[in-house]
Amino acid sequence: MGDRKLRAGIVVLLTALVGSACSGAGGGGGGSTTTITLAAVDNPQMADLKKLIDNFTSAHSNIQVKIVTLPEDQLRQQVTQDVAANSGRYDLFTIGTYEVPLWAKKGWIEDLSPYIAKDSSYDASDLIPGIKTALSYKNDLYAVPFYGESSMLMYRKDMLSAAGVTMPDHPTWDQVAAAAKAVNSSSVNGICLRGLPGWGEQLAPLTTVVNTFGGRWFDQNWNPQLTSPQWHDALSFYVNLLKSAGEPGAGNAGFTECLNAYNNGKVAMWYDATVGASNFTGAAATNSGYAYAPTKVKDWSGWLWAWSLGMPSSSKKKDAAWTFADWATSKDYIKLVGTKLGWAHVPPGTRTSTYSLPEYQQAAGGFAQVTLQSIAHADVTHATVDQVPYIGIQYVDIDEFQQLGDQVSQEFAKVIAGGQSVDAALQKANALAAAVGKNYQH
Amino acid sequence: MKTANRSILRSVAGRGGERSPSAASVGRREAWARRLPLLPAFVYIFLVTQIPFVLTIYYSFFSWNLLKPGSFRFAGLENYASLLTNESIRIAVWNTVLLTLCVIVISVVLGLGVATILNNEVFGKGLMRTLMIAPFLIMPTAGALIWKDTLLNPLFGLIPYLLSPFGLGRVDWVNQFPMVSVVAVEVWRWTPFMMLIILAGLQSQNPEVLEAARVDGANAIQQFRRITLPLVRPFIELGALLGSLFVVQTFDSIFMLTYGGPGEDTTNIPFLLYLVAFQGFSIGQASAIGVVAVIITTIVATFALRTLFSIFQIEARR
Repeated sequence: MGDRKLRAGIVVLLTALVGSACSGAGGGGGGSTTTITLAAVDNPQMADLKKLIDNFTSAHSNIQVKIVTLPEDQLRQQVTQDVAANSGRYDLFTIGTYEVPLWAKKGWIEDLSPYIAKDSSYDASDLIPGIKTALSYKNDLYAVPFYGESSMLMYRKDMLSAAGVTMPDHPTWDQVAAAAKAVNSSSVNGICLRGLPGWGEQLAPLTTVVNTFGGRWFDQNWNPQLTSPQWHDALSFYVNLLKSAGEPGAGNAGFTECLNAYNNGKVAMWYDATVGASNFTGAAATNSGYAYAPTKVKDWSGWLWAWSLGMPSSSKKKDAAWTFADWATSKDYIKLVGTKLGWAHVPPGTRTSTYSLPEYQQAAGGFAQVTLQSIAHADVTHATVDQVPYIGIQYVDIDEFQQLGDQVSQEFAKVIAGGQSVDAALQKANALAAAVGKNYQH
Repeated sequence: MKTANRSILRSVAGRGGERSPSAASVGRREAWARRLPLLPAFVYIFLVTQIPFVLTIYYSFFSWNLLKPGSFRFAGLENYASLLTNESIRIAVWNTVLLTLCVIVISVVLGLGVATILNNEVFGKGLMRTLMIAPFLIMPTAGALIWKDTLLNPLFGLIPYLLSPFGLGRVDWVNQFPMVSVVAVEVWRWTPFMMLIILAGLQSQNPEVLEAARVDGANAIQQFRRITLPLVRPFIELGALLGSLFVVQTFDSIFMLTYGGPGEDTTNIPFLLYLVAFQGFSIGQASAIGVVAVIITTIVATFALRTLFSIFQIEARR
């Protein structure tokens, strides 16, 4: 008898649970206010946007904004599934320079130039040219930049001068390697470079090294070039630099790990995103020098990335979505961030006018000019010495690159860990790239 | 409590034989009266588990990449054929087998050891048992993160620090010995599970039998080998099979610890499936891997359930 009562109880409980879960999913919407959903990448600039959202809703009382924040990997998966399946869950999302041309071509995201034309105060010509090109498809902007970055070399002036090294503004990789070895000691490592597998982690700095060493992923006929001497030299250089003067456990070091190591004075130099300098604290903030991305054969080897607001074609609230995107990427927003949260919080790398604001120049001091110039000179269409059939600096702008890049960087991580030779890794990587290249050979 | 459980088992085991042919219609109505309230649950479970599975089988016969609009086309057995030739799959299958075997064998041995200790009257037994179970209750993701960052990190990890007197201070465990690291984390997680099941077996053995053996002059090792071990054998089998069912599907710790790398050194079938589906967005290929994984798991599960029922029958017969 007791059993039967128990069973009935469980059934009731489960029914209640299912019922409440279902009713929770419905509701919302309606009325004269429009709610737009923004899928945003989890970074400090987006966290600031969340804090300032009331400034938008107070000026636009008929629009409510729901921001879903996700880490980069998950964001990319969610958003890709959403646009590919045309489900219209989001009205805006943050996408990078990698996605914009690919998705524009497929018609997954909306051409924003008609919207921009409607707002005379938006001033699209103020957007930094390199960024604007990277976010355009057939000369039309398909996404508006919220935050932009290139790469540069950050170094501790005190540590380098103690070792008798001076760093030029435009260093070569050989100079950087020599400096790294000179400052390397038992307590401080010479340089931090990303070794963490992933196309957006390890491969970003590594590919810029390959580019300036004269290497490329594919030739004009989409034949993989990873077994070329340039790739061999670049990868050997990168791995040897890590082994002789790099951070320990390099296979786990990404942007965050290197930032921590640099902030704690564990490494004397760091080649990474220009935004890294905005996060310096203590001695790292006061004693740092900044140099342009190191080079070998090709000059201006810095990468280019911009988290931008794109609008899926499946959105049913495009006008409201644009109103928000307009606000979040406008000159006024930059000033709003500066006055409300402090000028160091300003999302960098989007508008030229940001860099002529005296308050920002004061806050961003040493690295503002390097950032602006690096972004301005980063050209997604001419990143390599030899001609290539693809666009992109630290990536190849094709659908398959996410998977290809992840697999290849895993092989390189194995080299860094000492598990295989440079040549063995490049052989495997070349085979992987060959399979991808075939899709484009006709 | 114990007697109540036994009576349920007995009634479950004894069902079927009780009914007489004349009472068949009454019995059927009664059976339906019993099933009817469960029907919604059954239909619900059926819908949410079987429709996705049927869809997965359906997709596995198509070539479909989510990133390529218009790529959806019938591919027959192409996806399955490529499973046979693809080197990544072979590596993943091997890694899955290696990982599962190592984890199960080590955690059963350790679990048996700990269970034997806890079966005796030792000081602080209750506290020890609780502490031993803890790893199984910690979220796998959180557990793996703690292992990676606070225990194994070569710069500030506890294990390299403790091993530094032996010259192993700056070993980058996760990258230099990736499979060892994953196995270590999984063993840490599954030992409590094995211990619990084996402990249940040990506690169900009749102390009089052991006493009789002692009177007959058997020493501790003989008692363990000749009496205890045969008795807990079905429990060990059950633990091993249930455990392997879960360890085959290991994902969390690999995702957090090694991300399948370096190279493909720790990519098992579930992780490969994740990479193909969510990094490559090849739905057809991923579905084929999924179907094969389900078939493998089903085979293991069949053995697990058979062992489970044989234990229940032994229990019920008592």
